Amino acid sequence: MALQSLDITRRSATTTASPSQRQTIKVAKLIDVTKCIGCKACQVACMEWNDTRDAIGSNHGVLDNPMDLTENSWTVMRYAEVETDRGLEWLIRKDGCMHCADPGCLKACPAPGAIVQFSNGIVDFHEENCIGCGYCIAGCPFDIPRLSKKDSKVYKCTLCSDRVAVGLEPACVKTCPTGAIVFGSKEEMTHHAEGRIVDLKERGFAKAGLYDPAGVEGTHVMYVLHHADQPEVYCGLPRKPSIGPMVGLWKGAAKPLASFALAMVAIGAFFHYVTKGPNVVSKEIEKEFE
Amino acid sequence: MKSDPNKLLRYTPFERANHWLVAITFILLALSGLVFFHPAFYPLNQLFGGGVWTRILHPFLGLVMALSFGVMFFSYRKLNLMTPTDRAWLSHVREMVDGDDRNMPEAGKFNGGQKLLFWLLVACMVLLILSGIVIWRAYFAFLFPAAVIRFASVVHAVAATVINALIIFHIYAAIWTRESIDAMLYGQVRRAWAKQHHPAWFREMTGGGK
Repeated sequence: MALQSLDITRRSATTTASPSQRQTIKVAKLIDVTKCIGCKACQVACMEWNDTRDAIGSNHGVLDNPMDLTENSWTVMRYAEVETDRGLEWLIRKDGCMHCADPGCLKACPAPGAIVQFSNGIVDFHEENCIGCGYCIAGCPFDIPRLSKKDSKVYKCTLCSDRVAVGLEPACVKTCPTGAIVFGSKEEMTHHAEGRIVDLKERGFAKAGLYDPAGVEGTHVMYVLHHADQPEVYCGLPRKPSIGPMVGLWKGAAKPLASFALAMVAIGAFFHYVTKGPNVVSKEIEKEFE
Repeated sequence: MKSDPNKLLRYTPFERANHWLVAITFILLALSGLVFFHPAFYPLNQLFGGGVWTRILHPFLGLVMALSFGVMFFSYRKLNLMTPTDRAWLSHVREMVDGDDRNMPEAGKFNGGQKLLFWLLVACMVLLILSGIVIWRAYFAFLFPAAVIRFASVVHAVAATVINALIIFHIYAAIWTRESIDAMLYGQVRRAWAKQHHPAWFREMTGGGK
């Protein structure tokens, strides 16, 4: 989806530098879970702007609809009823791509340029380069990308990279009726969150805090949580998301080293041949059979 | 083509055909697998009609190799059981590599090195098949949690690296030991060749005579 190639700082399956002369300001979307009323206007706005239409599902007896992210629903509201020391609480979290500063999807992707990271921090999929292997799904610490059955490409929230590129805020931000979703520079959003957290603490939410996990070097979608000490109560928001050691092994230095080792085996064999010569039948045995 | 009565039959036509089916699918799998292995090898996808086709074809090629290697496993597993002589052969392998086979313990149809290779290949194949199923996104990967898929991806990459090294070694050994490629191409070997490289097998086949 992305067009502004000058601002791509990282590209999947690419070992050389991307254009990096121009640097843009880092952006962030801040989702204030404490202000969310669960109206799903953001879900609607997302489908409107991106022109995706999910299949009509069935009623599962809960408010979650659809029940999970899909290739057409890039954001969904997740509703949790949780007993806390304050009684029954209804915690509603808008789920979707977190736009990690260190994106596991991008790291795992084997197709050059199928996943890019813009200098503003947005992580975007270029579906025309996607080969449909699903490695990004395995690489994501938040279980976000969804593979389409129709075209075998993966889809997820673009943070409205097309809107942001021309100075607009993401569609979900524009539509949010309570101002629970705000958008700006990462610095501003962090500052804004600080104000919200002070306010929440005054209102008795002693553990209120910002969710900007360090395990993925921070995210460009952040949450203000009333219970930042236990993010998992928000429908399984991971406490310490990280790309994990397996992806590091799978995508890190191991493979260039393995490639080198294989080349050495082949070269070693060749040098064995030119130094030791072929293994032929000895003269004595040849004579026996003459 | 009539067989040469002066030569010894080493591999039947079926064994040869199956071996080359494994070999061809292996080469195709190695080339297509490298596409996903590291970006440096991504351009190899052009051999298979692009990245998407490579992603589609690789696992099906894997199924063909798994089946034909399975046939190989069941026909060769008894012949590849390690004996004390094979272990002795392996302990002398340094001399063999050095080009001096005078003190090598007598090898049967397969020597200790070939048998070790066989079992290492079997181990790699099993790991590749199992991990390959887990990471086969179109049909199976949705059945497994991300952590299992990550682990399987690492297992697949490691086993693939090891099996590539083993096959490079296998191909080189076949080139180095003159006339052994003929055995797999035409099925027959010269008696002198058999006595030189597989003396115990030679005796078994000829009763010790010429």
